[in-house]
Parts: sequence; structure tokens; C-alpha cells
Amino acid sequence: MRLDVLNRGYGPGTTLLFALIRLLSRHPVPDAARLVFYRPDFYGSRAKQFTHEAMRGPSAWSVGDRELMAAYVSQANECAFCIGAHSATARRAYRDGPKVAAVLTDLESAPVEDGLRATLRMLGKLTREGKVDADDMRQVLSAGVSRQQVEDALAVCAAFNTTNRLADAFGFEVTSPDGFEAGATYLLKRGYR
Amino acid sequence: MHRAVLTDDKKRAAYRALQDRILNGEGRASPEQRARAFGNAGLSPPLDGLLGKVATRPTQVTDADFAAARAAGFSEDELFELVICAAVGQSARLYDAGLAALASAAADQEDG
Repeated sequence: MRLDVLNRGYGPGTTLLFALIRLLSRHPVPDAARLVFYRPDFYGSRAKQFTHEAMRGPSAWSVGDRELMAAYVSQANECAFCIGAHSATARRAYRDGPKVAAVLTDLESAPVEDGLRATLRMLGKLTREGKVDADDMRQVLSAGVSRQQVEDALAVCAAFNTTNRLADAFGFEVTSPDGFEAGATYLLKRGYR
Repeated sequence: MHRAVLTDDKKRAAYRALQDRILNGEGRASPEQRARAFGNAGLSPPLDGLLGKVATRPTQVTDADFAAARAAGFSEDELFELVICAAVGQSARLYDAGLAALASAAADQEDG
């Protein structure tokens, strides 16, 4: 990563933990995980709590839906690391690779419910253009999405607009497809805490 | 305010706790500098280049942007904090814009 402290600035306990994870998982600790271990009192602890709440907390959206939103927002930001990580997690959560690929290729023709499609369309616009208006929201609500679901989707959007920026600014290394699959298994088992 | 009408859910409370920590808690960069990074406003060169990219075109951040900030005397820990503030600040603006548009659409529905 572009800051040396994020490559080498960890205490002996964390360094040992990274070595152990590498040994057990047979993959290096992903940069997204390393980031939240650096001075966790500044960012990592609260970022994990918020992201976990958005991605795994109570919601009418399934875990697969929220992972797909994360992948879709990451695609709008062209963030290679997060597209890889969260498309892998969405594929596993849904047990449906083709559906995830279809959404990321062409949202309008993808085989998803209209409410999810309208929500993804709105999140993409907000992420790319920095704004949405009441009309954009009316379209989502009229597709059968509840106000609470829109709020929940906006929380996912906020979490990944933060993470995408940090991934590209700090220069997260894009791991192997195997590494993304291992990460996806972990995120479905343990979440973001 | 539209936002005051919405019930304050756990997700937003967790987000506010993160925002509050990075802006007002202990840090190596001054609270004023962190606030400017968060707002992407009032920054001077070379920080404005690095942090402006973090906010609006993060894929274009380069090693040279970090090198310029280091050469101007910023430490790694200050840059760690300021980049985080810039990233959270931009996503906070998106979050607020989305919630405001939602509140306005929902208010119209209730009126109509």
C-alpha cells in the first residue's frame, strides 16, 4: 500500500495474527483487513461496526442483495479490489454466479426483481453523479421498495463509497480469484466485525 | 429539516459515531485540517491535489500525490487520517443527499 505504516506499522500481536491467518487460510491478509487493524481506534473499530450493521444488521434486503449493492457501487466507482471481493461474496450468498454477472454487465436486462433493479439504478446514479432527487426516489418507492429498505440501501452505499475511496487511494493490492473466494467465505461466515 | 423527521436507526447512529471519532477525537492531524479534508474545502497545495482526488476521482490517486504531500512535511500518520477524512466526508455527502431526496419523496406521498 502507498503508506508504509499500512505495510509495516503493526505491533507484534497484530503481526503474529497476520502470519497465523496467512498460515491457516493459505492466503495473505487482504489489504482491506490490514487497513482496519492499523490504529483501529481512529478508523477501523467504528468502520467495522458501521459496515457490519449495514451489511449484516436487520434489513428486509438479503445478505446477497446487499453484497450485490456493494459490488454495484464499487463498479460505479471503478474500484477493482472491491468489485472482485463483493461480486465473489454476492455469488456465494446467492449461490448464483450468472445473476451477479448479469447485473454487473447490464442492469436493465438482468434477471432481478424490479425493486432491487430500481434500487441499484438509484445507487449507481448517486455514486456516479453525487446527487439524486425526489423523482429518483419516487421511482424506487413505486417499484415496491419500502422507505426503510431505501435507507438500508443508502447505508450500504455510504459504506462502500468510503471503502472504494480508501482502496484506490491507499492502493489495495488486487488479490487472486482464489483469494477473493476465500475472503467471500470469511465475510459470509463472520461478517465485517 | 427532513432528516430530523426520520427515525434514527442503528446504521445511521454507527455512521455518526465514525464521523464524530475521525473529526473530533484524538489525532496527529489537527481537527481543523481533518475538517477541511472531510469537507474537501479550504485545502492548500499539495494536499488539495491528493485529497481532492480521494473525494471525487480516487482511481486517479498516484504515488506522486503521496510523495508531494510527504515532501511538504506531512507524516504518514497525518496522511492516513486525512485520506480517511476525505473518503468518509464524500460518502457522508452522498448519504445525506440520498436521505434528503428520500425524505422529500416520502413527504410528497404523505401529502398526496
